[in-house]
Amino acid sequence: MTQFDMSKNEIKVAANDGSYLLDGYELVCGLEVHVELATATKLFSASANRFGDEPNTHIDPVTLGLPGALPVLNHQAVELAMRIGLALNCTVQASTFHRKNYFYPDMPKAYQISQYDQPINVNGWLELPGGKSIGIERAHLEEDTGKSTHIGGAGGRIHGSTHSLIDFNRAGVPLVEIVGRPDIATPDEARQYVTELRQILVAIGASDAKMEEGSMRCDANVSVRKPGAPLGIRCEIKNVNSVRSLGRAIEYEARRQIVLLEAGEKIRQETRHWDETDGRTHTLRSKEDADDYRYFLEPDLVPLDPDQAWIAAVRAALPMLPRERRNRLAQATGVPSDAESIMVIVERGQDDYVLAVGQAGGDVGRALVHVKEAFAEQGSNPAVPAGDLAGMIILETGGALTSTQAKTVLGELVAHGGGDATAIAAAKGFEALDNSALEAIVDQVIAAQSESWAKYCGGEEKAMGALVGAIMKASQGKADGKAVTALLQAKRS
Amino acid sequence: MFHQSLDWTVEMTTIPSTAAAIADAVRSGVLKATDVLEAHVARIAEREGEIHAFNLVTTDEARAAAERIDADVAAGRDPGVLAGVPIAIKDNMCTRGIATTCSSKILEGWRPPYDATVVQRLAAAGAVTIGKTNLDEFAMGSSTENSAFGVTYNPRDITRVSGGSSGGSAAAVAAGFSPISIGSDTGGSIRQPAALCGVVGVKPTYGTVSRYGLVAFASSLDQVGPFSTDVRDSALVLEAISGHDPMDSTSIPQGPLSLQGVLSQGVEGLRVGRITDMPGGADPDVTERLEAACDALQAAGAIMVDVQMPSMKYGLTAYYLIAPAEASSNLARYDGVRYGKRVNAPDTNAMYSATRSAGFGDEVKRRIMLGTYALSAGYYDAYYGKALKVRRLISEDFDRAYTRADVLLTPTSPIVAFPVGAKSDDPLAMYLCDVYTIPTNLAGHPAMSVPFGTGAFGLPVGVQIMAPTLGEQTMFRVAASLERSMIASSGGR
Repeated sequence: MTQFDMSKNEIKVAANDGSYLLDGYELVCGLEVHVELATATKLFSASANRFGDEPNTHIDPVTLGLPGALPVLNHQAVELAMRIGLALNCTVQASTFHRKNYFYPDMPKAYQISQYDQPINVNGWLELPGGKSIGIERAHLEEDTGKSTHIGGAGGRIHGSTHSLIDFNRAGVPLVEIVGRPDIATPDEARQYVTELRQILVAIGASDAKMEEGSMRCDANVSVRKPGAPLGIRCEIKNVNSVRSLGRAIEYEARRQIVLLEAGEKIRQETRHWDETDGRTHTLRSKEDADDYRYFLEPDLVPLDPDQAWIAAVRAALPMLPRERRNRLAQATGVPSDAESIMVIVERGQDDYVLAVGQAGGDVGRALVHVKEAFAEQGSNPAVPAGDLAGMIILETGGALTSTQAKTVLGELVAHGGGDATAIAAAKGFEALDNSALEAIVDQVIAAQSESWAKYCGGEEKAMGALVGAIMKASQGKADGKAVTALLQAKRS
Repeated sequence: MFHQSLDWTVEMTTIPSTAAAIADAVRSGVLKATDVLEAHVARIAEREGEIHAFNLVTTDEARAAAERIDADVAAGRDPGVLAGVPIAIKDNMCTRGIATTCSSKILEGWRPPYDATVVQRLAAAGAVTIGKTNLDEFAMGSSTENSAFGVTYNPRDITRVSGGSSGGSAAAVAAGFSPISIGSDTGGSIRQPAALCGVVGVKPTYGTVSRYGLVAFASSLDQVGPFSTDVRDSALVLEAISGHDPMDSTSIPQGPLSLQGVLSQGVEGLRVGRITDMPGGADPDVTERLEAACDALQAAGAIMVDVQMPSMKYGLTAYYLIAPAEASSNLARYDGVRYGKRVNAPDTNAMYSATRSAGFGDEVKRRIMLGTYALSAGYYDAYYGKALKVRRLISEDFDRAYTRADVLLTPTSPIVAFPVGAKSDDPLAMYLCDVYTIPTNLAGHPAMSVPFGTGAFGLPVGVQIMAPTLGEQTMFRVAASLERSMIASSGGR
């Protein structure tokens, strides 16, 4: 399963076999997430911040780093960065900008303006749905680079290409880099972290946070160690383009490191590139090759020191965050806040709707189930009026509709964007059986299926299926499955 | 003689030598801007061959601009306070559609798509840009010998340098090519050539004149300012170009300076500081003129006080770390990717190297290397970090000195204009030319050089007046007083 090629310091591991950790090691992982802010214009100029337009249409002297051009900080970007910080429980503080110097063709000034030792947001945390807190070291503002496209090589790679084209539309787009502490212990926690972070960013309107479009990018710092041992050497994994890949990449990388350590090798601190196609990470550059960025205070900008009134206003304007929404829904329904149904409903933004169904008199727990099952395509503002769904649920919980019938009525409501549940039920001929009628049918079936009945009485639980099926058939679907089961159990004992 | 008369006659019309007089005559219809221009074009044709003040004379554009001014006057519109005044612009300020070279081969073929704020404001005030003046490449030098396009010779003695880096702008005014010109001053680049050419030169408070469109050398030190034949013209130009610019984040948020009104106020009761522990090295002929200036001010009612500036002697060293450090970053954008010179090579890094090797001159390369080194990991604290501390100490020295004095007086340059080639092989000797001018750049304070008689070989000597932040009014009162005493001592005009 595992092959070594020591000359390349590369190990081939069968990925995705589920056993990413070998006995006795633990994973230590911290994520660095870059998000593009949903501002109208760029971080330091008036060009539009828009994805997907004709190349080099959103450019100006500042974006292109023309001689003499100077940056002017975008107020809206600062506000969105503050929103992110406050939503992640950070302290918003006075901050400065530095220059990070390095040459790259899509970096027009040959330096990136970024926050360095005094970032705008520090010391926060993000709570995973299960309750675990992941520390946030900082969330700072910086500008994005342009985008290079390499022509003539295989698969768009620079290697073997004949020339490169640069699109500067993305250059200068505001980014916030959210640096998490190495508190993540499993690939699943990493996935949860990014999913939760994404939801927060979308909820507060800071970013559309689309990993596929690159408006949210994630790098993972991965190391392994024996419990209690000092931190291991870490590798930084880049080019992870989906939540699913993130889990796979971390899993692979942890495994690679463990295999190396078990073979008596040392881990080399390096940046590694995740290759989606072969499911492996590959060396990009080692620590020794790292650039010396020669950071120094950006003399073209003045310190950024948001006053307390501004911070308070941004805080007050924050919408309810996903975690609060889940807690609110969990409290209303009695379902645990990290249950799948709660997660799904809040992610879809349908929690207000579910609560509205409750307000309209419907059982909010049933509303949760029905909305989750039947409203996947409906978005945060379903077409079915909350009162109509409540009407259907009232019939269901009152016993006037079986769960099967309820589903049918629900289907009609969804298909027609609402309607009167009582009328639909009547039109379908749904009349709930009363108990004596149901008992009569049950007795008939027991008599007709005496063999199954005997088996069931003898302890063969499987036999119940045949009996229930026959009863449902005899009742023309009007029988409530739960009531039938209860009756059968009562009659056996 | 101090106030050499530059008045001359064109077709029976006398063209005044000062911008103020020209603008008055053009605004009132007494003179045509086109006639003013042609007189200066003729003057340029006569002497530019031996002086080489310009990288480019923009006669066609200037004629079109002068015709617009005349049309405005004819139509009863006021063209502005600099109506029809020819002005020379240092060739490190962006002019839309007109080559801006910084006297470097690396900007070969580049035409800015925008005007610097200063250029815009001058045009809005009715000034007529007559050409782009020569400078030490990227403003790095004190003699305008470091230009890729040749030396600018001193109009007072064409075997000698004009000073630098704004040598072209100083020489243009001294030769009567234009009554006023614009330079930039990072460590003395306006004041020192002003002194060597016998004209007035002002470096205003950092942030009073926009740097937008000034090609950066050292962003935290660069400041734009005027040259003129008399003090009032510099006041006039500064009033027109100063004031907040939203395109420059370091621009002070206040209106334009108000200076002409204070020129007649005199210096009665003003405290003029002499620095007792000033770094030595000034030639006796220069020191003698400083003493004469002190006497003149005292005679005019000023009070002489002694102040100490113990950190001033470290200014030169600090400057030659801070300025190159910023320059190494500011000049990194000249990489051959987007504009200017490109020398093709097999891969990107080789292209960078070939382009920058061919495009930059020796002094620029020297400073890029020095600055890169000073910012490098492991050296930052010992060099750049320490230089920043010295910068703070110098500011503190000034703060203390300005509790005792309203202005400080020093020589502008330790020596008069030196022969071309005399220091070109000795960078350190050249750097010493800026020993008196550098401290104010480090502190961000205003300072100006006023011609005050002659020294060795009958060459002009300048006296430097320094003032605290936004102390321009006091500074100009002292300058005007020195000018009056010179006119009086030379028997008036």
